[in-house]
Amino acid sequence: MLLLIIKRMANAIFVILAVSLLAFTIFKFLGDPVQLMLNPQATQQERDQLTERLGLNDPVPVQFAKFVFNAARGEFGMSYRNQMPVMEVIAQRFPATFELVLVSSVMALLIGLPLGVFAAIRGGTVMARVFHLISMIGVSVPAFVIGILLILVFSIELKWLPAFGRGKVVDLGFWTTGFLTPSGRAALVMPSISLALFQISFIMRLVTAEMLEVLRTDFIRFAKARGLKARAIYFRHGLRNCMMPVVTMTGMLIGDLIAFTLVTEIVFQWPGMGFLFVQSVQYVDIPVMAAYLMIVCCIFITINLIVDLIYVVVDPRVDQLVRGGGNGH
Amino acid sequence: MNQPLARQASAERPVAPLLTVRGLSVEFVTRRGSSRALDRVSFDMAPGEILGLVGESGAGKSLSGNAIIGLIDPPGHVVEGEINFEGKRIDNLAPNQMRRLRGRRIAAIFQDPLTSLDPLMRIGDQITETILTHLSMSRAAARARALELLKAVGIPAPEVRIDHYPHQFSGGMRQRVVIALAVCADPKLIIADEPTTALDVSIQAQITALLKTMCREHGTAILLVTHDMGVIADTADRVAVMYAGRLVEIGPIEEVLRSPRHVYTAGLIGSIPSLNRRRERLVQIDGSMPRPGAVPSGCAFAPRCPKRILKCDERPELMPFGNSQVACWRAEESHSYV
Ligand SMILES: Nc1ncnc2c1ncn2[C@@H]1O[C@H](COP(=O)(O)OP(=O)(O)OP(=O)(O)O)[C@@H](O)[C@H]1O
Ligand code: SF4
Ligand SMILES: [Mg+2]
Repeated sequence: MLLLIIKRMANAIFVILAVSLLAFTIFKFLGDPVQLMLNPQATQQERDQLTERLGLNDPVPVQFAKFVFNAARGEFGMSYRNQMPVMEVIAQRFPATFELVLVSSVMALLIGLPLGVFAAIRGGTVMARVFHLISMIGVSVPAFVIGILLILVFSIELKWLPAFGRGKVVDLGFWTTGFLTPSGRAALVMPSISLALFQISFIMRLVTAEMLEVLRTDFIRFAKARGLKARAIYFRHGLRNCMMPVVTMTGMLIGDLIAFTLVTEIVFQWPGMGFLFVQSVQYVDIPVMAAYLMIVCCIFITINLIVDLIYVVVDPRVDQLVRGGGNGH
Repeated sequence: MNQPLARQASAERPVAPLLTVRGLSVEFVTRRGSSRALDRVSFDMAPGEILGLVGESGAGKSLSGNAIIGLIDPPGHVVEGEINFEGKRIDNLAPNQMRRLRGRRIAAIFQDPLTSLDPLMRIGDQITETILTHLSMSRAAARARALELLKAVGIPAPEVRIDHYPHQFSGGMRQRVVIALAVCADPKLIIADEPTTALDVSIQAQITALLKTMCREHGTAILLVTHDMGVIADTADRVAVMYAGRLVEIGPIEEVLRSPRHVYTAGLIGSIPSLNRRRERLVQIDGSMPRPGAVPSGCAFAPRCPKRILKCDERPELMPFGNSQVACWRAEESHSYV
């Protein structure tokens, strides 16, 4: 277990370094920060001073080392666009994205898992076919189309739900949350549905396929021969044995969700990191872009690590695999 | 106590059969129409007896076992006949009633112990789960019973092993666990479908012996499905021979081995070195068994039978001969299969 964590950590650090190199390259070679930060009338002397102050005269490897060192402390410099420390800008936006992704993932699991199991057990019934059809639509229609449709129906026609923004949020000091106010919760509904629809459908289809596979195995047959109740067979033995691929895919899906938030956040004018990123691309706000890249990368890696840990908890065989060998005789 | 219950009982007075299968037919519906994989199979089992079921691959042995526990894979289904167990008809039970019977009164063991156990659950939990499904007792009592069972099936250090996962056991040990699982609710019949085929040859005999002892102790009957006549000769009280979905001969093991009455049975016995008592050259039955749907309307064995006569174009039914029943027009002759 410990060995597994150490191995994964080593991997993770390597990946983070690779991504920082990428972020650094963007930072270094895309646009001239001096140009961007000073007004056009600045004198050559002012330019030289700023170049020196930003450390742009150091050798490139030293600059990279500084970049990594600063990034590790959450220090990404100043946003060109609004002259605030990048970390502060991102910290303002992070809770919005986090809550959106959280609600969507929970929805995807809470709805996708039972529907997937149902479709596997009751394959062939009308209900199962209807779900299957809906899931086909869910995986093939892009999230922004669904978002726009939702806005048309529920905001413009029915006027039930707000079309944009987070509603009223409560500031907890380090975090702003929309969970605590009615308007905050109402505002979450449509963005999270449009974001989750793909994941719901995806998880449902995945679970169905895996369940059908598992239900064919000998140990399920033996479980039936033991006279276990249907619930025990389908959930305790069936679904549990599908969890490995489901956990993996859920991890990857959460990664996807973060990427998809770019689109969803624009459609719903959601003040999150994705929206911020798109804005910073428009303004060539390079420090923000680099920081976004680094942070999303760290989130991906953390999710992967969690997935690996869940593996160890769920499947007794993994631990043994990692240690190599076993104690069977 | 090693005196087989069945014969002991039948010497005194006839006992009510534990299981009767009457005219059981199973068909598989495919795109090319339906094919009959079991054709009017009938046999009885007495309480506590071990009935060996032999035949070539595809003869319908597993299917017979699966029909009894109500687990025929779709698209297969029973089209005629009936199955009675402990005096009650069970082939038309509602799924939930059949489930209560499975594992409780009729247990099953399948061929591959490596895949019969849920890889994600401790073996002790799988045993207690089964016990608690069928018997009303506390979790602690069920665990104590599981521990006892593991000891009884010969798992060393059961108090440690009870919390291990299936992958931590060898194939032979896993099949012992499977046997513990099968007997944990004290069933009256165990359907053992090739319980040792997947195991190392060196431990096959041990596992068969264990199964036999466990059942003799509790008066549990076994339907022992195998294609190995040798195993049946060592273990069973009676033997039933299947061919192309039909039962062709059934009788006490010594009688069938000494004087097989169906030409196919004679061939089977003649092809096994250890049973070939007259030291004749080993025989090989030419040809192959017909697939379901291509079985001749007369005797199914006729195309391969060296003793075929005109009458064999008509299907022979099971008829009593001595203590056996045989479906062959030339059953009264003694066959040395040449
Ligand atoms: N799911 C199925 N679909 C179609 N046909 C089947 C199915 N299961 C069994 N059969 C048919 O039923 C016949 C009997 O199968 P069964 O499994 O009982 O054979 P067996 O005697 O146990 O053979 P083996 O020694 O190979 O286990 C086979 O010929 C097969 O074609
Ligand atoms: S009935 Fe005829 S064909 Fe069939 S086994 Fe007997 S002799 Fe051979
Ligand atoms: Mg079989």
